[in-house]
Amino acid sequence: MLRIGVDVGGTNTDAALLRGTEVLATVKTSTTADVTSGVGAAIRTVLAEAGVAAASVNAVMVGTTHFLNAVVEGRHLEKVGVLRLCGAATRSLPPMIDWPENLRPIVEGGAAMVGGGLNYDGSEIAPLDIVAIRAACRNWRAKGISAIAVCSVFALVDPRMENEAAEIIANEMPEASVSLSHRIGRTGLLPRENATILNASLNTLGRETVGAFRLAFAALGLDCPLYLTQNDGTLMSADFAERYPVFTIASGPTNSMRGAAFLTGLSDAAVIDIGGTTTDVGMLVAGFPRTRSEGAMIGGVPTNFRVPDVYSFGLGGGSIVRPEPSLTVGPDSVGFRLPQKALCFGGDTLTATDIAVAAGFVDLGDRSLLKHISRDFARQALAQMKASIETVLDRMKPSADPIPAILVGGGSVLVEGLLEGTSVSLKPDHFGSANAIGAAIAQVSGEVDSVVSLEGSTREKALEIVVGEARARAVEAGADADTVILAEIEETPLAYLPGNAIRVAAKVIGELRA
Amino acid sequence: MKYWTLTEADIDRIAIGCGILGTGGGGSTYHGSLRAKALLRAGKRIRMVRPADMAPDAQILGIGGIGAPTVGIEKIAEGSEGVRLLNAVERHLGRKVDALLGDEVGGGNGIAPMLTAAMADLPVVDADGMGRAFPEVQMTTFFIHGQAVQPAALADADGNVLIVTEATTPKMLEKLLRAGTIAMGCTALMTTAPMSGDFVRRFGVPHTTSQAWSLGDAVMTARAAKADPVEAILKQSGGVRLMRGKVTDIGRRVMAGFTRGKLTVAGLDADAGRSLTVDIQNEYLIAREGEKIITMVPDLICIVDSETGRAIGTEELRYGLRIDVLSMPAPVLLRSEIALASVGPRAFGYDFDFVPMGVSADAPPVPHYQEDA
Repeated sequence: MLRIGVDVGGTNTDAALLRGTEVLATVKTSTTADVTSGVGAAIRTVLAEAGVAAASVNAVMVGTTHFLNAVVEGRHLEKVGVLRLCGAATRSLPPMIDWPENLRPIVEGGAAMVGGGLNYDGSEIAPLDIVAIRAACRNWRAKGISAIAVCSVFALVDPRMENEAAEIIANEMPEASVSLSHRIGRTGLLPRENATILNASLNTLGRETVGAFRLAFAALGLDCPLYLTQNDGTLMSADFAERYPVFTIASGPTNSMRGAAFLTGLSDAAVIDIGGTTTDVGMLVAGFPRTRSEGAMIGGVPTNFRVPDVYSFGLGGGSIVRPEPSLTVGPDSVGFRLPQKALCFGGDTLTATDIAVAAGFVDLGDRSLLKHISRDFARQALAQMKASIETVLDRMKPSADPIPAILVGGGSVLVEGLLEGTSVSLKPDHFGSANAIGAAIAQVSGEVDSVVSLEGSTREKALEIVVGEARARAVEAGADADTVILAEIEETPLAYLPGNAIRVAAKVIGELRA
Repeated sequence: MKYWTLTEADIDRIAIGCGILGTGGGGSTYHGSLRAKALLRAGKRIRMVRPADMAPDAQILGIGGIGAPTVGIEKIAEGSEGVRLLNAVERHLGRKVDALLGDEVGGGNGIAPMLTAAMADLPVVDADGMGRAFPEVQMTTFFIHGQAVQPAALADADGNVLIVTEATTPKMLEKLLRAGTIAMGCTALMTTAPMSGDFVRRFGVPHTTSQAWSLGDAVMTARAAKADPVEAILKQSGGVRLMRGKVTDIGRRVMAGFTRGKLTVAGLDADAGRSLTVDIQNEYLIAREGEKIITMVPDLICIVDSETGRAIGTEELRYGLRIDVLSMPAPVLLRSEIALASVGPRAFGYDFDFVPMGVSADAPPVPHYQEDA
């Protein structure tokens, strides 16, 4: 199976071509304003380098920060009508109450809190108020709003009420696109509702972007399915991505870490991803990134997406080095202007890359331009960079025991030798394109997080239902049903109360369907 | 009468302080501060009043949340649960309630009474029954000093109100309230029996909202000035730093609804080479260096992020976190012999007696109290 992985970052677009588990070629190009032309260029180059015909490629996997940037910059977002099914409950905190002032007016399209919603045991808070939903739809239509987010209290216990509301909306507003919270977030009403609103708001951009990728790939002669990578490093089909663009929003660090695992064969290790401006340190546990315990803030909006627990700090190949008053490296960087600004390229700024070149760690630009950098000074600067990574590494490690470390990203040339607190410090082949490789090898997952009442049921039966639902979602997202395995299951008894309800979070993972 | 009328900026400060006084537990202040600020923006007012200014025969009602936090983050409050509780209790008593307060200043319950107070336009007494957080409802200075068991009441988002008019023991009351909470969907607002102004003045831990505000203000001022927020907390609280260090081990398990565990901290900077352990039972209870106990419940052990001064709850602890372990003397009322029987080390299953750290001093009220215009 021939796969192309592409990772579109803020500065660089990386592409990697793999046959099975063999990396045939990798390439790094500049990210373009329209995203697709840069992706096209990267794919063309990687195919040419490997001498592979576009038509023989079986799948393309793209990781992109495009949707994240849209939210952060508040651009290309649609106004969203929010329907909350809640009865009397939850009205003390109406939708979007915790959105930042800059983003809220851009997205806010009017909220309706109506009869409906569930208790933790699945009983109705109130019957679904069909009349109120119709009235809300008329109101949104009059305002020209066509992106709707639906969020029911305890939707994860039983999604039927959200589905019923979606049908009513489809009848009243056939042109509307509807995002349902039970497909998007985890337990926690406000953050799940927020994620659903973000998804609805990205709807048109999702369709346009995926459409543009399809056109660009057809023009390259690619005749294969297109996938996008999600926050957890697994894939979703392009059709699915059109409907759930919000799932791509934190996929960057995940792809690097998955690529690092693949390139070294290690499943438990620290991953140090050194780019042009920042270094991300994260932990691989059983082959996947360890996630943060608290949910992700996206453009200042609290959500409950599980995102990799990554510590970022200002160290990269473009970090500015200042000898006076005392030696500092970063946190500011020349960023994507490295090829113009660095001394070794004839520029005027002493960067971390210049130090690595002067020390002979890497052969870049013109080393004779760096003759004035003393061996001692270079050694001191490199030691300082290494120490800053070691401090963060120690902070991220699960225990004091030494663990393997994997260095990836273009800036990895800054570090040589064993890092303190590690058993081994690896810099695998293709380390500069680990992110694209991570995208290329991604699997497919399905996830469910629900509160289940054990009244009239057994624990085993309840777990089975939740896992079955996760499995169905994985297959819908493109997994080969025969390869789907249970990756995570988390059971939480509800504290302070007798054991008649549990919260179950399950995640399954499978190989991509051929 | 002198009042302190809260602003949105005050709510931010109080929320930070309630987090610190939560001693690792007490629950999140997130929903509470969002609601309080929304009420202020809608033109409601939240007025604090000092316990000494309450009339001796004033009727004061304690309000706080009860139920499973996992349910509370999904089935959020309707908003006027507290008003329905208040109305029901007033009908039952046949008289008006004059002011509200929180039984527990630590965590989210430090803000809960303000929400009902804003809607009913009642003042909130600047006092509570713990001066920190404790795991059980009856661990308050009020219950310790003979607060009546009934009437207690529950209200839910849907409009149901339950009043317990007779309960034979505090334990039975607890059972009845839990059963009611489950029927209400596992999340509710509750009141304990009304107390007189004189009772609250004598047995309430005074000025704990003021104390929370002062701690929060110290943290925010230090952050804005790029100064050390932990130093600011110490300076404000009269507490001591037991250690600056990093978490090197955290053993934790949930048993019968309570989180138990042991935290190990390795010293950094000036404390390099030292090591500290902290016992956890929902809150931080006992701090030891080697075998030597340095601080024990009910004295406060507060853990904050070394960089930001933000309180770190027991569920957030993990290896490598840079933290400061602080200790503050418990309020005077928690150190009496009668109080120690309920909230001293033996009440949490330890076989040693309480040895205090530092000198107890009740917090002063903030200087914001002014004659009502």
